[in-house]
Amino acid sequence: MAWKWILGLWMLMVIVAAFLYVPPAMGLGELSRIIFFHVPLAWVGVLAYLAAMFNGARYLKYNEARYDQQAVFNAEIGIVFTLLATITGAIFARFTWGMYWNWDPRQTSIFILLLIYGAYFILRSSVEDEERRARLASVYSILAFISVPFLTFIIPRLYATLHPDPIINVEGQLRMDSGMFLVFLAFLAGFTGIYYWIGTLHARLVRLQDTKKRREVDRDHA
Amino acid sequence: MRALVWKDLLEEFRARYAINTLLMFALTTLVMVSFAVGIDTLTPKLHGALLWIIIFFAAMSGLARPFVKEEERGSAHALRLSAAPELIFAGKFFFNLLLAGALTALIWPLYYMMMAPPPVRPGLFLLLLLAGIFCLAAATTILAAIVARAGGENTLLPILSFPLLLPALVMAINGTAAVMNQGSWDEVKQVLLFLTSYGAVLLTASLLLFGYAWND
Repeated sequence: MAWKWILGLWMLMVIVAAFLYVPPAMGLGELSRIIFFHVPLAWVGVLAYLAAMFNGARYLKYNEARYDQQAVFNAEIGIVFTLLATITGAIFARFTWGMYWNWDPRQTSIFILLLIYGAYFILRSSVEDEERRARLASVYSILAFISVPFLTFIIPRLYATLHPDPIINVEGQLRMDSGMFLVFLAFLAGFTGIYYWIGTLHARLVRLQDTKKRREVDRDHA
Repeated sequence: MRALVWKDLLEEFRARYAINTLLMFALTTLVMVSFAVGIDTLTPKLHGALLWIIIFFAAMSGLARPFVKEEERGSAHALRLSAAPELIFAGKFFFNLLLAGALTALIWPLYYMMMAPPPVRPGLFLLLLLAGIFCLAAATTILAAIVARAGGENTLLPILSFPLLLPALVMAINGTAAVMNQGSWDEVKQVLLFLTSYGAVLLTASLLLFGYAWND
């Protein structure tokens, strides 16, 4: 229980720090503060997809329904975070490049992630049989992810991008003020914690639903 | 495998379901685009975009057919019993490759006549088209199997394949623009390398995963 309080306080502190402690970045002004929210959101969006894909692969291997359930809720969390990352990114783009949307390679790749999530849920909703649904969705989640490295790492290298370099950039250098970087890392940890928290909540919900179902079956038999 | 491709070709030749849909769809979009553009001259980039959009959507309208047909008739069960999944995948992949090739072979001359794009070096352009079609067939074969197993709705294939094909489409459009701009060999080579490697990755992943999608 205690870690949830710690996480709450942690997020409170980093949000305050983002607005009061960190100096505005050179050339960007107050706008630079949005990256504390934008980058972790995108990070969790990708992380959740990886978790969904991993669980999909485990489902294909072990054929147990719980892996499919985990894949689904990771995808559900992921789509929300990706959507928020897209919106915060568009706001950033509007005030630095002048347009909400201009098909920068980075914008394209996050948009594709969103499309993959969408296609994943449409595929799920169009299959009736539960086992087949889990199986096809798992196959698709693995297959669809192939395009992501090509879009995020290869195409932006071939064509110019306006997006600020990712933290892990080609030269392996840091281009951030040290205080800013510290707060940034704190945000990354905080958002990952929130993602984990939502995950545990969902796992509990699934467990309770299972128990409820089992009790109903028992009662019907009695 | 050769028997499988031959069977599909023969069936297609007799019923002509997929190819007719493909052609009519391609023709309709092409006429629509040509009509909308009129006699304006387009930039090479726009030519590339329009050409690949026509190919993409025309292909989407027919490439799911081979699998959907097997499921509808129930012959998928017999196929499952009689051949290994990898063989079936390879058979359908080559059939899709032929279908997409035939489609493009018909679209390009018509496009050339109606839209008057800038002249291209034929050999280079042919390579580019082949690489693009390779990606198209590699991505759609396993997705067509998924669509067929999911109930065979026609709208599902473009939704599922767009995220997968977008990198290939972006590069194919850029490559087409480069060829029409009389771009250097290096520029086009980059695109060709990208397309073939992307198609190969898709094909490998499909071969690994096809068994799971195909069997119950």
